[in-house]
Amino acid sequence: MLALMVNNRRYELDIEPETPLLWALRDEIGLTGTKFGCGIAQCGACTVHVDGVATRSCQLPVAEAAGKKITTIEGLAGDTLHAVQQAWIAEDVPQCGYCQSGQVMAAAALLAANPKPTDADIDAEITNICRCGTYPRIRAAIHRAAAMASR
Amino acid sequence: MNAPLLSRRSFIVAGLSAAGGLAVGFALDGTAQALPIAAQPWTPEGKPAGEINAWILIEPDDTIVIRVAKSEMGEGIFTALPMIVAEELECDWSKVRPEYASPNRNVVEHGVYQQMGTGGSRSVRGSREFLQQAGASARARLIEAAARRWNVPASECMARASKVLHEASGRSATYGALAAEAAAVKLGAEPAIKSPDQYKLIGRPTARLDTPVKVTGEAKFGIDTRVPDMVYAAVAACPVFGGKLKTFEEAPIRGRRGFVGVVPLDGAVAVVFDRFWRAKEALKALPVEWDIGEAAKTDSAQFCALYREALDGPAATARNDGDADKAMGSATKIVEALYEVPHLAHAPMEPLNCTAHWTADRVDVWMGTQAPDRALALAAEAGGVKPENVFVHNCFLGGGFGRRAVNDELKQAVLVSKAVGKPVKLVWTREEDIRHDRYRPQAALRFKAGLGADGMPVALNLRTAVGSLLRSLGMGKVENGIEPSAVEGLANTQYRSPNIKVDCVLKNTHVPVMFWRSVGSSQNAFAVESFIDELAHAAGKDPYLYRRALLSDRPDFVNVLDTLATKGDWGKPMPAGSGRGIAIHEAFGTIVGEIAEVAVSKTGEVRVERIVAAIDCGHVVNPTTVAMQVESAVIYGLTAALYGEITIKDGRVEQGNFDDYPMVRMADAPHIETHLALSGGKKWGGIGEPGTPPVAPAVTNAIFAATGRRIRSLPIKNENLSGA
Ligand code: FES
Ligand code: FES
Repeated sequence: MLALMVNNRRYELDIEPETPLLWALRDEIGLTGTKFGCGIAQCGACTVHVDGVATRSCQLPVAEAAGKKITTIEGLAGDTLHAVQQAWIAEDVPQCGYCQSGQVMAAAALLAANPKPTDADIDAEITNICRCGTYPRIRAAIHRAAAMASR
Repeated sequence: MNAPLLSRRSFIVAGLSAAGGLAVGFALDGTAQALPIAAQPWTPEGKPAGEINAWILIEPDDTIVIRVAKSEMGEGIFTALPMIVAEELECDWSKVRPEYASPNRNVVEHGVYQQMGTGGSRSVRGSREFLQQAGASARARLIEAAARRWNVPASECMARASKVLHEASGRSATYGALAAEAAAVKLGAEPAIKSPDQYKLIGRPTARLDTPVKVTGEAKFGIDTRVPDMVYAAVAACPVFGGKLKTFEEAPIRGRRGFVGVVPLDGAVAVVFDRFWRAKEALKALPVEWDIGEAAKTDSAQFCALYREALDGPAATARNDGDADKAMGSATKIVEALYEVPHLAHAPMEPLNCTAHWTADRVDVWMGTQAPDRALALAAEAGGVKPENVFVHNCFLGGGFGRRAVNDELKQAVLVSKAVGKPVKLVWTREEDIRHDRYRPQAALRFKAGLGADGMPVALNLRTAVGSLLRSLGMGKVENGIEPSAVEGLANTQYRSPNIKVDCVLKNTHVPVMFWRSVGSSQNAFAVESFIDELAHAAGKDPYLYRRALLSDRPDFVNVLDTLATKGDWGKPMPAGSGRGIAIHEAFGTIVGEIAEVAVSKTGEVRVERIVAAIDCGHVVNPTTVAMQVESAVIYGLTAALYGEITIKDGRVEQGNFDDYPMVRMADAPHIETHLALSGGKKWGGIGEPGTPPVAPAVTNAIFAATGRRIRSLPIKNENLSGA
């Protein structure tokens, strides 16, 4: 049995330790907000926070996540939506939406580490793929979220 | 604890709430109650009382449910089509909730939702009038119901913000209170619909209704489907297209945890386990032998030669104005060029998947499809049940771009479910998606122009050699040798010349080809807009003014060009190594012009810094969505222009994932501006695709302006521009 702490809740899972965290979240726990896009840490659709760090869960064996604090898109909001989620709505970011859980999680982690990112910081840190091309709006939304948080 | 699963039965009828209206749809976990979108609104068990027509259901609490018969794949149709209905309904927009129309109902009620396929940038153009009519008709019936209640003439009543008012007596009633009575009203005559000058909601920038669930992770895509007793399948098709499954050996994986079975399919094999990860890993360990055949000897270099040679062979003539061959003889200058484009994969962000539950008398499938009608027919055929016993539960699509118009994954899922006797979620890996797409076809185009003394073309010969999509899809033989998509943007080029000949050679290989965002325009605009640039250069003229002169018969084109030149700073100086390129193309009823600003470094790196777009789609339903779609189409086209290339070796695709089929990411994404240059009138153009075709030529024309190097073969990454 493996114990996982996801969104402040404890789950006991009877699965192979090499199972990627992505599939433990989606198929064992039923948290399907975290998406499968490539399986090789290229696209970022599967991004979650592991001890606060943006992590591509398709390449993280679940055994290595045990005992750490995992946050998924479902656990990002508190009583109100996270500033990044609010900024995403204000800037009309999502199109098909499939990459957006990962984008939001990556942006939230970036802002936690760097509350006022420059365009160059965003270029370097936000490397998730969006086939719908929402990048210009993601950029605007990150700046908006930074401004909201500093207010 | 695992998230609770809903039984299939309750899933199907979850729609019916105690109040007789429809509840919020399927709750796969506790959070889904807030979803504005239901997956399956209709059951054969009976209509809810407040259903005024097949499109509109009004709940007692004044919620306005509007059915959408097109697929939401990012283009914003779940907002745009309800806006069209609401424009006439005079309802409170904040209470509108879209949900999918039922493909099953479309069968049972003989096309009540018309044609449900989403493609060709057609959703608004093709459904606006009947959706306006549905809204107007419902409004008239709500008014009539109130008038009967109050015993006053309907002409004294009016509808506003989800209420019917009788001003003379000060009475009012909510739509929710009137809906059941309105549903029974038969109108003597259908009311007239609004003309564009009367619109209040259409044309107003409107926040998309699907945005909130897409930032919280609640939006349900096909791949998120969970039904009781579900097992998972991973699938591998023969690496060489058209090959057959010879043998496989189950023994090495049979003892693995969670094993359910191995299912042979037509040219593919599926491995079924109780979890997807186990299935995916076991598939790698399954010994399989394929019958690959002759196609295994082919490669991209051969295809390249094949299409070039085809240009010299017999062709079908798609347009023949004047006598182009003869006029070439009188030209003062001849310009000739060969353009080539590779196969491209769609690579939607959500890998293809389908959850199917087969039983002897009924089939249910959950997926994201652009063609629910065709999906339903395919499921009926594969499952051996009557179409009226098939339920296609469409979900959000994690991208479509044409790929989800033909559902190879659905047939596989139904057959696997039938074989194992359980509901199955079948998921393609990204590698399967890249290697078993139906691709944008490879093509070669050779153009020839004869210029007169004034530099204008006295003759144009445009010749293309390309794969037929319809033949590849088995949708038609194309007897006359001309496929409309193969010559779109060629046969209907608006550039003026007294002598124009357009020739078409259709040639297919074993590589399956299909519609890819903007279809034939994706390669034809690259060739035409590059060629026009070459002609302008040969004539010593400015590329914008040269186009303007050749398009002067079309004021809508001229307006787009002028808007573009102004907003895009055409003619303003740029630093050394930088340049601007311009391109314009009409497709799906819409004209889009784009100016690209590009910088090329000494080492040959291309940076696309800014794209300015001007667009004439006639009228706009939601300006927010139009800007988003242009941005999307630009980035999609830019990925293809810079990097996009599927190559074949030993008959199989060489690429497999985003590491070798790269995408534009944040750091490559240009600044994008969209400007409307609307001509109005009778024009209603599409918006999902027309932004894509001009990108590649705008960028390569900009590279020419920056470096003097002309790129005639895509993708740009293959060109060595160092020292240029
Ligand atoms: S699925 Fe993990 S990075 Fe793509
Ligand atoms: S919104 Fe569709 S992939 Fe990003």
